[in-house]
Amino acid sequence: MQKKTLQAALGHPETALTAFEVPTTVLSNKPVNAEYHLLVVSAPEEILACTPGQFFNLLCPVSDAHSPYLRRPMSIYGFDRHKRRLSFLYKVAGEGTGALTALKRGAILPVLGPLGHGYSIKDDWQKLLIVARGVGLATLAPLAQYARQQGRQVTAICSARSQAALLSTDYFRQLGVNVIALTDEDGTSDTQNLRSIIEKQIAENGVDAFYTCGSNRLLAMLQELSRHYGIEGQVALEQQMACGLGMCQCCVRPFNRDGEQVQLRVCREGPVFDLMEAIPC
Amino acid sequence: MLDLSVNLGGLQLANPIMPASGTFSEDLADVFDLDVIGAHVTKTITREKRSGNPTPRVCEVKGAMLNAIGIPSKGIEHFLTHTVPFFNRYQAPLVASISAPSADEFARLCEEVSVEGVAAIEVNISCPNIEEDGKAFAMRPHTTSNVLNKLRQATDKPLWAKLSPNTGEVTEVALAAQEAGADALVVANTLLAMAIDIRSRKPKLGNLMGGLSGPALKPITLRMAYQCAKAVSIPVIGCGGIATLDDVLEYLIAGASAVQVGTATFISPMTMVHLVGELQEYMRTNNITSLSEIIGSVRDDEASDKPVMQEIGQ
Repeated sequence: MQKKTLQAALGHPETALTAFEVPTTVLSNKPVNAEYHLLVVSAPEEILACTPGQFFNLLCPVSDAHSPYLRRPMSIYGFDRHKRRLSFLYKVAGEGTGALTALKRGAILPVLGPLGHGYSIKDDWQKLLIVARGVGLATLAPLAQYARQQGRQVTAICSARSQAALLSTDYFRQLGVNVIALTDEDGTSDTQNLRSIIEKQIAENGVDAFYTCGSNRLLAMLQELSRHYGIEGQVALEQQMACGLGMCQCCVRPFNRDGEQVQLRVCREGPVFDLMEAIPC
Repeated sequence: MLDLSVNLGGLQLANPIMPASGTFSEDLADVFDLDVIGAHVTKTITREKRSGNPTPRVCEVKGAMLNAIGIPSKGIEHFLTHTVPFFNRYQAPLVASISAPSADEFARLCEEVSVEGVAAIEVNISCPNIEEDGKAFAMRPHTTSNVLNKLRQATDKPLWAKLSPNTGEVTEVALAAQEAGADALVVANTLLAMAIDIRSRKPKLGNLMGGLSGPALKPITLRMAYQCAKAVSIPVIGCGGIATLDDVLEYLIAGASAVQVGTATFISPMTMVHLVGELQEYMRTNNITSLSEIIGSVRDDEASDKPVMQEIGQ
């Protein structure tokens, strides 16, 4: 048994292991506002060689109230290899996230990851514009941190229902990100206003690349602006998943790639894709 | 010396733990060394490229999942130029799972995948069959016979027939497959099922119906593996709801010579690695030197409640 397990753990000489099924220990799990929770776990160092935009597949705890069966994919909100910390920002929406809220300090949370392809920043992309709505910011937070470490100029347009629902704006400001907050309650988050703010950024400050995630509405708008102004970008997409590794082929979406429409796995070929390849659906 | 090896109709496996088709791919090499398991069973391929079913392709129900992936396939060319070379870096034998809408197309594909580097061919005769009005070949003995006869003529490789749990004639189907020249049976595939979202009143799968897999399926496919193992003389490979060592032992005791692990790998990708280690440990602890001491050891002749009644003094 030991020999086999050891052999498996070391991997095959020709294929390096990149994803790990390991237990983590909950350090804290608290609501940050009415809808969102922040979960911080202590994780082994080997799983923390992450790229912003990657995700983990979480084995949510089964209780009397919730019985999730499959794992739940969750994008990385923060990771710190030195401190061995990993964090997730999640919206309580269903069986899996409902179950997650029950995790108390000291509880064991089995995770699988890091998974998928994250964001990348081309060398000549000096001025980055991040556009996100709601919990989408969770995915973009590690990107903002990485971009700032790389000395890139980052502007983040954060949109939410209300001031209270705005997430991470203080964190973004601490990183030295120029934050523009828009809310439904202030009447500033409509598509037209958002578009004119982005166009103003392009005109006055210059934008080398767009980064976004989740929302189809934002994706469609950024694609239009991308075509019009010749600005490249990347988008992180969501899709219902099972295995998270690419085996089950459940999380496919259509993409335009090399002149034809292809079905790609969000977990494996993504979750981050070229902005223009993604098809809003 | 512990002997975990098993011979499946001429094909030697280092241990009886292997993946179920559709729940395994090159991608799992990210998580562990694939040579730890007994064999590599690919996702079913078709001759032509197929894009698969609309999403959602998977949903969960209590203790199980439903899937209607729809066999997306990159086609035979990709299989031969990418999949086979990838797996040939490993010692574990490669089992190619194939399917086709008609018996003739099936046989043609079977011939085409009979290449060096493919150790056995698993024929997925439990997928929808266009010629038979949406039914799978493995629903009936005569359709099973017909397709297996053609497949047998198409290859000299060991042929594994993957049976369906959706038939009421599993023993007859198993005998028909054996008669037509199958070298082993995989019992079974997923059970046709459905789930509906009560709020939207929409079926939870894009394809409306799909296959049930996971622990909830196990008692049904275990029963079928038992029935088939009783009826045929070729090896039976148990498949359905296996996640723990107890599940593996149950299938082996019922008469299966090896097992396939599917959905459990989605929940915990290291499952098969743990099962190999735990089976070894179980044999050591119980002084069992060969799997043959376990396989088919079910005490069904003593299954009546008579001994129990004696023990409680009736």
